[in-house]
Amino acid sequence: MITITEQKPIEEITQSLGKAKKVYLVGCGTCATICYTGGKSEVLDMKEKLEAVGKKVTGWMVVPTACDELTKYALEEQAGEVKKADAILAMTCAFGVQTMAMFADKPVYPALNTLFVGKEEAPGQFIEVCMQCGNCILATTVGICPLVRCAKSLLNGPCGGSVEGKCEVSPDIPCAWQLIYDRLAALGKLDELEEIVPLRDWSTSREGGPRRITIG
Amino acid sequence: MKAGTNLEKVLESGKFAVTAEAGPPKGTSPAVMLKKGEALRNCCDAANVTDNQTAIVRMSSLAGSVLLKQQNVDPVMQIVCRDRNRLAIQSDVLGAIALGVGNFLCLSGDHQKFGNHPTAKSVFDIDSIQLIQALKNMRDEKKFICGDDISGEVPMFIGAAANPYADPFEFRVTRLAKKVKAGADFIQTQAVYDVAKFAKWMEMAVARGLDKKTHILAGVIPIRSAGMARYMRDYVSGVSVPDEVVTRMEQAANAKEEGATIAVELIEQVKEIPGVHGVHIMAVGWEDIVSEIAERAGLLPRPIL
Repeated sequence: MITITEQKPIEEITQSLGKAKKVYLVGCGTCATICYTGGKSEVLDMKEKLEAVGKKVTGWMVVPTACDELTKYALEEQAGEVKKADAILAMTCAFGVQTMAMFADKPVYPALNTLFVGKEEAPGQFIEVCMQCGNCILATTVGICPLVRCAKSLLNGPCGGSVEGKCEVSPDIPCAWQLIYDRLAALGKLDELEEIVPLRDWSTSREGGPRRITIG
Repeated sequence: MKAGTNLEKVLESGKFAVTAEAGPPKGTSPAVMLKKGEALRNCCDAANVTDNQTAIVRMSSLAGSVLLKQQNVDPVMQIVCRDRNRLAIQSDVLGAIALGVGNFLCLSGDHQKFGNHPTAKSVFDIDSIQLIQALKNMRDEKKFICGDDISGEVPMFIGAAANPYADPFEFRVTRLAKKVKAGADFIQTQAVYDVAKFAKWMEMAVARGLDKKTHILAGVIPIRSAGMARYMRDYVSGVSVPDEVVTRMEQAANAKEEGATIAVELIEQVKEIPGVHGVHIMAVGWEDIVSEIAERAGLLPRPIL
């Protein structure tokens, strides 16, 4: 499970940097490195791109895990170069951006779009399998989540747009309910689809407002 | 009677029903609905008013339904789950009933990707089957989804859609059964072109006794041109247009005439299939043809009650 990111267009990045002439770059050695969006070579690429449009890169580093508290100490260790910069460009997921924004005394801008928390399906291929809804239904859907894998989050699928195993939204999207159907068939449990799944309590998800929890 | 609408009366009396479709305009003029009402009044028992069909913004189905009602056409107000959550849907239903609407069709709704606001956030708080169940509960128990009481009467004739051509085929009757169990009083199907497959689906539905618990109306979409036939065959998900139909349209001297003829033939064929209680003619943007098709298929005169 990793946080999947993609790089924003350079135009958007330079636009958000705006008047900040001097920039410090931070990559992440965990998810963004695996995604080829914030590892060492991408950071060096970005350095070149920014210099090509007239920015000065005061320094760069790839922290082990940008979302970790330790990032604070990494920034302190590099204080000299960070201090010279007008802004930090975070080649990390949104967790990393927000972690640094908490500690840095200057603007932290995202260079990446955070797409989803993904599961590796095949080498280099990630899919979204969980939307962190806070009320897991996998027990009744044979381990496939329709909330995130069905385009309409249907609980009583498949709908009339399921054709040859594909979702009507795109031929690249497998119909989640066809997958559930096939697994139920293999388990000899197709009769479970006769039951109407009642409407859902969404209050445990983001719909219930920003979530926060204290553990222990 | 659950709602006492014209559609309910026709179906409950055992007569073969005809419903049509009247899509609201992409604008504010009531004249469009009035014109469609005029074209449909004497050739159908009720007309569906689509709800931002194919995710393209139009006048609301509630307003369109009321405009049809004013034209003495019994409206079927379509409700999709894409644009509204459980609060908004229930509130619209109350308003619709207050304004005299009695038939409701519960749909998931086409994904916003297909429409003119593809960057919109969709809702899908509840799905179409849960919507049927919620409306039934509003009518029969006079309760909102949350359990609170509804004041006043809640007459509703509840409909749902079915697509015999989607996959997996064996599941399609199960899905129909779920909709019936949830409370669907009538069913309007996706357009039928492949009659054999539809007949097979109906046979399975009848074997489960579903035709006794709900009224199934076979969908018919008259094709206006060879291009439309090809487009529906190649690009409209969940619609199955056999090559033979496309060829007939391509070779026809008068495509519109041929399209109407194909529709008439389809109606004549589905009418003979056991368990079919009516047809739903969706002549999108071609409402004028419904009268001719109904006439040629021997479905007129209407009103029949």
